[in-house]
Amino acid sequence: MPDTAQNKGRMLTFEILQYNPSDPQSKPHMVTYHLEETLGMTLFVALNMIREKFEPDLAFDFVCRAGICGSCGMMVNGKPLLACRTLTKDYPDGVIRLMPMPSFKLIKDLSVVTGQWMDGMSKRVESWIHSKEEVDITKLEKRIEPEVADATFELDRCIECGICVSSCATALMRPDFVGAVGLNRIARFDIDPHDERTAEDFYELVGDDSGIFGCMTLLGCEDNCPKNLPLQEKIAYMRRKLANVKDTGGGLEIRVEG
Amino acid sequence: MASIIEGYLGKRVDGTKSRMPARLDRWQSASGLFLGLFMWGHMLFVSSILISKDFMYTVTKMFEGSFLFAQPHPIIVTLSVTFVFAIFIIHAGLAMRKFPYKWKEYKMLKTHAFALKHEDTNLWMVQAFTGFMMFFIGSVHLYILMSNADKIGPFASSDRVWSDGMWPLYLLLLFAVELHGSIGLYRLCMKWGWCNGTDARAARKRLKKVKWAVTAFFLTLGLLTLAAYVKIGMEHRNDYGQRYHPTAIIAPLHLSAQEVPS
Ligand code: SF4
Ligand code: FES
Repeated sequence: MPDTAQNKGRMLTFEILQYNPSDPQSKPHMVTYHLEETLGMTLFVALNMIREKFEPDLAFDFVCRAGICGSCGMMVNGKPLLACRTLTKDYPDGVIRLMPMPSFKLIKDLSVVTGQWMDGMSKRVESWIHSKEEVDITKLEKRIEPEVADATFELDRCIECGICVSSCATALMRPDFVGAVGLNRIARFDIDPHDERTAEDFYELVGDDSGIFGCMTLLGCEDNCPKNLPLQEKIAYMRRKLANVKDTGGGLEIRVEG
Repeated sequence: MASIIEGYLGKRVDGTKSRMPARLDRWQSASGLFLGLFMWGHMLFVSSILISKDFMYTVTKMFEGSFLFAQPHPIIVTLSVTFVFAIFIIHAGLAMRKFPYKWKEYKMLKTHAFALKHEDTNLWMVQAFTGFMMFFIGSVHLYILMSNADKIGPFASSDRVWSDGMWPLYLLLLFAVELHGSIGLYRLCMKWGWCNGTDARAARKRLKKVKWAVTAFFLTLGLLTLAAYVKIGMEHRNDYGQRYHPTAIIAPLHLSAQEVPS
C-alpha cells in the first residue's frame, strides 16, 4: 500500500511495564513506545511490532490469537482483557498502558503464570468427576438430558484466562480466595449428573470465607469475563445452595479407656 | 471439647467444615436487609414533618403506643431503638470482616478500583467508606435517641437538630445511610440472586436503575426533611425545650386535652 497521508495511521503511545523478577538488577519501570496504527490492529499485532522494532526481549504470552486459549490476559488501561481480542481503535486517545495481571506470578514484563494458580484452584475444587460407578469405556456413556448437557457445556466454556481473578478486588486483596473461575467450576460439576457430589461435599471444598462466603459480589468477574459466563447467576445459586447445607457433623466421640 | 479441638486445629472432630461461615454470611445479609428496610420506614416516619407538625406529632405518639395505651410510653421507643442498635452492632461486626485490614490490601484495593473504573466495585468502596463512617455517627445518633426517647416531636426534634447542633451529623448520616442502604440492598439481590428471574442480566440492569431512583428519592426526601427541622429549630430557638401542643388530632389518640404531654 502506498504510504500516502490518507492511509497513514495515527500514532499510538504504548506504556509498557518492564520488569524481570528473577534478575536482581531489574527494577519495575514503564517504557514508552510510539507506533503507527494499522487497520484492524490488535494488541497482539502491536506487541509483536514493538518486539520487532524496539524491544527484542519484551515478554508477553500468546498462543491462539483468537480468544480461545486464554493465555494473553493483561491489564489494558487498568482493565484485564484478552490482548488478542483487543483492538487499538477502541482507544480514542491512542494511549494504551499495559501491565501484567496482578494476582498471578510474574515471569517477566507482561508474562504471568496463570497455570500455577489454576492448578491450585482445580485441586482445591477437585475439578474432576466424582463417581463410584465403574466406567466401561467400551460402552456408550450414560445418557443425559440435552438441556442438562447444554447447561454443563455452557459453564465449561471457561478458558482459565484469569481475567475474573484480576478484575476481582476480593481476589486481589485475599490471595487465598477461590475466585469466580473456581466457583463457576463448582457450579459446573453441580449441574453435571455424572458427578455424584452433594451440596455437603461441595461445602467441604468452598464452604468458608476464602470460598463462596468470601465473595463480596463486586461483580468484576461478571462484567469482564471474555466468555460472558453467567458468573453472577451461578455464584448466587451456589451461595444459596451452600448457605443452607444442613449441619450433621461436628460431634465428638469420646473414648474412655482403662 | 469439640469446640476447643476445632479452635486449636482448625478442623472439626469428624473432619467436616464448620457451618459457622455460612451462618455468619446469612446473618450479615439478614441484618443488612433488616437495617436497609428499616431505614426506608424510618425516613418515611421522620419526613412526616413535611406534611405538618400535627401529623408528625401523631405519628410520634403512635410509636409511643398511643394506639394501645391511654398514656404514651416512650419506653417502647427506647426498646425499639435498643433493638435496632443491637442489629446495627451485629451488622457492623459481620460486615467489617470484608474491609481491607492491612495496608497492603488497602493499597491493592485502591489501585485496582481506580484503574478498573468498574461501577459495582466503586459502589462497594462507597459502601465500605460509609459503613466505616456510620460506626461513629450512627452510634452517636442511636445512643442519643435511646437515652432521650421521650424527646421526639416537632419541637423537640427540631431543637435537637438546630439548637443542640446536631444538623451536621444528620447531614452526614443522611448521605451515609441512603448510599450504603440502597447499594447494600441492590448487592443483596445480586449476592443471593433474589431478583435474577429468567434473564439475570436484564434484571440487573433494571435493578440498578431502580437502585439509583431509590437513592435519589430518599436523598431528596431526606434533605427536604432535614431542612424542615432546621427551619422549625431556628424559629423555635428562643423557646428551646418547650414541647409541641397539637392544634388538631389527626388520628384518634385516646388522649384527652389535659393528658397531652407538654
Ligand atoms: S470465568 Fe471467564 S474470566 Fe474467569 S477464567 Fe473463565 S473465561 Fe476467564
Ligand atoms: S492468545 Fe489465546 S486467548 Fe488470546
